[in-house]
Amino acid sequence: MKPWKRQGRGERVRYVAVLERPEASVLRGLMGQVEQMLTGRNEAAPEDELAAITGIRTGPSTPPDDPVLARLLPDFASSGEEDAGELSAAMRSVNEPELIEAKLDAIATVLATCPAGGGRVELAPAQAEEWLAAVNDVRLALGVALEVTEDMPEQLPADDPRADHLPVYHWLTWLQDSLVTTLTG
Amino acid sequence: MDPMEVVLSAPAEPEVDERTEAEVDEATLADTPWQTIVWNDPVNLMSYVTYVFQKLFGYDKAKATALMLDVHHKGRATVSSGSREKVEGDVSRLHAAGLWATMQRAG
Repeated sequence: MKPWKRQGRGERVRYVAVLERPEASVLRGLMGQVEQMLTGRNEAAPEDELAAITGIRTGPSTPPDDPVLARLLPDFASSGEEDAGELSAAMRSVNEPELIEAKLDAIATVLATCPAGGGRVELAPAQAEEWLAAVNDVRLALGVALEVTEDMPEQLPADDPRADHLPVYHWLTWLQDSLVTTLTG
Repeated sequence: MDPMEVVLSAPAEPEVDERTEAEVDEATLADTPWQTIVWNDPVNLMSYVTYVFQKLFGYDKAKATALMLDVHHKGRATVSSGSREKVEGDVSRLHAAGLWATMQRAG
């Protein structure tokens, strides 16, 4: 894959890249995994008769046990606040359903615009923003799974179980940075 | 407040404010002591964090970059403030973008 390019002008501006087949496959696979985790969290939310009538959904009040989901859906209140637990619980149940929906929408956009067999990806500005959010979420998920640190090396020793997966993380970092640069450039 | 900020953040709060001036003043006093904090994390890119601050808050590139560098070097930065509802909305939008954000009372 080469860096993203901007094509056209004004309302017709498009952000374009060509993904190789393995790149598209890895990207879609990771998107699918995060999608599944978020959907699972959604389905675990409490059933609410009032929500069925009003359409206003209430989410769970406790953070996810899974560390990846916990990073994607963090607490609202700073831990130093006296009533942090109570505040975070209340705000989570109000905001989480919408937050999950926004994340799932972004993933759906990536899956709809990235051909499964690889090839040309062409994004309108709003779609490019959704790509940024979805790719960032996948990087956050990988970051937790691979225990990424600020000074993560390009390569890990071959006997490190994370060594094979780290290049994918670095590639996604590059892809996201290239798209931000093209959007803002 | 920077006039640009008002214009650019206006679409986020489309309700018409029909309160009298005195009511607004009172409400502002009661509603201001909340801050949005963004925390450093090892995954979020400097370019992306700057972009998100510009996009969500309408900050110019210089201000967004300065805030990003504060997050990066000091471990945290206050990126917005206001009523509890406003800050709650800001935190929610930052979470949607994948940034690690929390809210707290000012002071």
